[in-house]
Order: sequence, then structure tokens, then C-alpha cells
Amino acid sequence: MKFSARNNNVLPGFGPTMGYTLLYLSLIVLLPLSALVINAAGFTWPEFVAAVTAPRVLASYKVTFGAALAAAGINAVFGLLVAWVLVRYRFPAKRLVDALVDLPFALPTAVAGITLATVYSANGWIGRHLEAHGIKVAFTPLGITVAMTFIGLPFVVRTVQPVIEELDTEIEEAAACLGANRWQTFIKVILPLLIPSLLTGFALAFARGVGEYGSIIFIAGNMPMVSEITPLLIITKLEQYDYRGATAIASVMLGASFVMLLVINLLQKWSRRYAE
Amino acid sequence: MRSPNNTAHGTSEPAAVRWLLTAIALGFLTLFLFVPLAAVFSQAFEKGLSVYLTALREEDTLAAIKLTLLVAFIAVPLNLVFGVIASWGIAKFSFPGKGLLITLIDLPFSVSPVISGLIYVLIFGRQGWLGPFLEAHDIKIIFAAPGIILATVFVTFPFIARELIPLMESQGRDEEEAAMVLGATGLQTFFRVTLPNIKWGIIYGVILCNARAIGEFGAVSVVSGHIRGTTNTVPLQVEILYNEYNYTAAFAVASLLAFLALITLAVKTIAEWKVQQQLKAE
Repeated sequence: MKFSARNNNVLPGFGPTMGYTLLYLSLIVLLPLSALVINAAGFTWPEFVAAVTAPRVLASYKVTFGAALAAAGINAVFGLLVAWVLVRYRFPAKRLVDALVDLPFALPTAVAGITLATVYSANGWIGRHLEAHGIKVAFTPLGITVAMTFIGLPFVVRTVQPVIEELDTEIEEAAACLGANRWQTFIKVILPLLIPSLLTGFALAFARGVGEYGSIIFIAGNMPMVSEITPLLIITKLEQYDYRGATAIASVMLGASFVMLLVINLLQKWSRRYAE
Repeated sequence: MRSPNNTAHGTSEPAAVRWLLTAIALGFLTLFLFVPLAAVFSQAFEKGLSVYLTALREEDTLAAIKLTLLVAFIAVPLNLVFGVIASWGIAKFSFPGKGLLITLIDLPFSVSPVISGLIYVLIFGRQGWLGPFLEAHDIKIIFAAPGIILATVFVTFPFIARELIPLMESQGRDEEEAAMVLGATGLQTFFRVTLPNIKWGIIYGVILCNARAIGEFGAVSVVSGHIRGTTNTVPLQVEILYNEYNYTAAFAVASLLAFLALITLAVKTIAEWKVQQQLKAE
């Protein structure tokens, strides 16, 4: 019998599996991503700043980040509510509803895009009623928020739901015994326990919204300066063979995703410590 | 108290509040999920079944379906092999930098799909690093199937690994160690002990990886070149039909993808339940 000394572990295969993992990770993910960073490094600083702060680019950041913030906010409020209702209440077809919450993960973004554009257009099933009240959704920045709300919907529900499931009802009983009404119990006892996971879900939905492309372009109208998102601007530059412009904007987006990834990791660590 | 029948009055809301909150939650889901989903099928069948079937039998659509299946057929197994190997190396051993490695594996999830396509254009495109070399040897990667496959492998990279790593970590290594001590070889241990334990985790990962591989739009859109009948995947075909105002055909093709999404959700729900059962049993 052969014992491996590594990790005081009798299991074999650490060397080969780790080797393959690092090789495949480098080839598929790290090397291609570094191509973007290296290409962006070829810019002089003023050139880079000019490329990423042109008025049309700045307008696209405003549209993208603004809509993603609004969508993540909507999802934080309603996602918390959906998670609460799914865990605490009983109603018909609950398991079906629970499973369908993940639809935005499974439905291809192009399908989401065309159906949202149709439903929220001026004569669509929902858009028709909004139009009667003077609210235009499709082909406006509001449409972008609707699409981002759709694709970000599962994140808040799925991060908050397990935390509500684990909540110890004893603390709620204690609060009630001490004279708190239900609303006070929720605001002062339950909500603070949910905040870390709520923020994690918010950040995940926000990050997803910022990078999203497929579900948005059909409903957005894509007017430069008004309803043009940054990912679309990157594609527009590529189609005009402006590779340098596309690279510069993409590297700003990549930087933003790294920052968000860091924030999300910290939030997750916080909520895990909170849970213990 | 006022409601002696309600034993949980301290930890629940009055019935009217419960009813109202449920109604608001379901109303929100109806506006953002149920109505858009129903609209896909309603639009697809608007002009009847024969128009629907004709739209699906169109030559470019069939070519798109074939290409998409090819892409998924290559991308999913590649990431499955990676996912299983990586999760063995990561979950069964302890080593410094484990957290960083897991974060790096998750990286493609944080990158915008458009950027996932762009990076391959920067390497293999005409103006890219390997562009002149590829052109000299008449190898096409961008605006051809290999580029589409590469971009798809990138965006679906984490799916299986990120499902298996926590699952294998929570299962520990006692069973494998027992098998090894009893004289099994490494491969025997893996196939007879580990694999049955992670079976449902693998199914869960594969079904989600497959859904994304078939449905990916942004990354594929950048590298495909949109050549009808040649480099169009199913989602890109949906886009083209929609932009040509051929709504019925666009939604007919989209309904195939929506149907697949519903199957994915069903299998995912079952796999999730099985994994939980298994973890509870231990």
C-alpha cells in the first residue's frame, strides 16, 4: 500500500488534478483575460482617459450603472418579500412558484429580451395598461431597468431565502413576549439578521445587471446618449473595427467587475460570520 | 390575546397582512416572470400550429440548431471533465491559496458576456495577436465555429466545478480513505465511492451548464459574425428573425429555448432535492 505524505492524506491525485486545473484555468480564463489587460496597457494614459471619458461613453456608464442600481433596488425590496412569502406562508402551487423564480437563470437572454420587449411595448399585454397612464417602458431607459430586474430577480431571493429558513423563531417569540408588536419585531429583530444576505443579493443583482447585454438590447431602443448601455457600445466599436476603443471601454468594465467581485466576496464572508 | 386559535400569533402576521404580502409578491412575479414566459408561447402559436412548424423547419433555423447542439456537445463535456478533476483536487486536499483558486474559477461569472467574446477577438481576430499567423495558415477561429465554442466554454466554465466543490467538501474524505485503506486503487475509489456520491451534483451542474451553453447570446454574438446558415446559433437566429419583424418565427424558435429552460428548471429542482436528501442522510 502506498501512502502519500502530502496533507497527511491517503488519497492520491493531488498533483495531477491540480496541474490540470491550473493549466485549463490558465488557457481558458486567465490567458484570454490578460489579453484584454495587455492590450489596454498599450495605451498612453491621456489616450486611454480620452477613450473612456468621451461624452457618449460617459452617458452609457450613467445609463448602465443607474439602471442596474434601480433594478437591484427593486429586487432587494421585492426579492425579500418573495423570499419571506415563500418560506413563511402557504399558498397554492407554492413549489411551482419557487422553482420558477430561477427562470431568469435558465431562460436564454435573447428570449427574455424579445418577450419583455413585446410584453412591455405600447400595445403589449402589460405595456398597453401602462401606456394608458402615460408610462412608456419599451425603448426607454425604464425598459433597461425592467430587463435588469428580470435577470437579477433570482439573486436576492436565493441569497435571502436560506437565511429566513434558518431563522430561529425563538427570538421572535422573545420579542413578542417582551411586548414588541409584529412590525417592531420585523424591523428591529428580523431585518438586521437579514441585512448581510440582502446586501449580498443586491450586489450580485447589480453586478449581473451592469454586464448584461442580451435581454436589454431588444427593449432598450439603443439611442446613443439616452438608452445605450456600455456593453452595446463595446460591440458598436467592434463592428466599426475600432478595436482600441472597444478594448479601453471593456477594461473599465472589467475593472468594475473586479471591484464588485471583491465587494461580494467580503459581503459573503460577513454574512457567513453573521450566520454563526 | 385576541386570537386564541392562532398559536403562532407572536411569530406570524395577521391573516389579512399575510394575504396582502402574498398577493404583492405574486403580483411582482406575475409582471416580471409569468406574463413574459406565457407571452413566448402565446406569440409563437399566434398564427396556428402549421405556421409554427413551418417556422421551425426553415433551413437557416435547422442549421442554427445543428450548430448550437455541436457547441454544447463540445463545451459541456470539456467543462464536466474540468469540474470533476478540479473539485477532487480542491475539495479533497487542503493547501494555501484555495480561496483564491475558487474565486478565479468563478471569474467568468463576473465578466460581462460581451467582454468574454471580445477577449477571443483580441487574440484570434484579424487584428489580434495570432491573427496574421492564422490568416497565413488559412485557419478561421473568429466568425467561425471554433470561436463560438471557445467563447461558450469560457462563459460556462464555472458551472460544474462550483457545484461540485462545496458538495465534495461537505461530504469529506472518510469514505474515500476507507476504500484506499481497504486496498482500492485511486481510480476504483473515485468511480465506486466518490462518483455515486456526487452523481446528482454532476447532473445539476451539467443541466445548468448545458442551458447556458445553448442560450448564450452576448459572447457568441461578438465572435460569430452572424453569417446565416453558417455561424448563427439558435439565440442569434432568434435575434435575426426578430429584427426582420418576423415575430412569429422568432417566437417559435424562442419557444424551443423556453421549453428547454422549463425542462432545465424541472431537472434542477429534482437534483437539488436529491442532493439535500443525500446530505441529510449522512
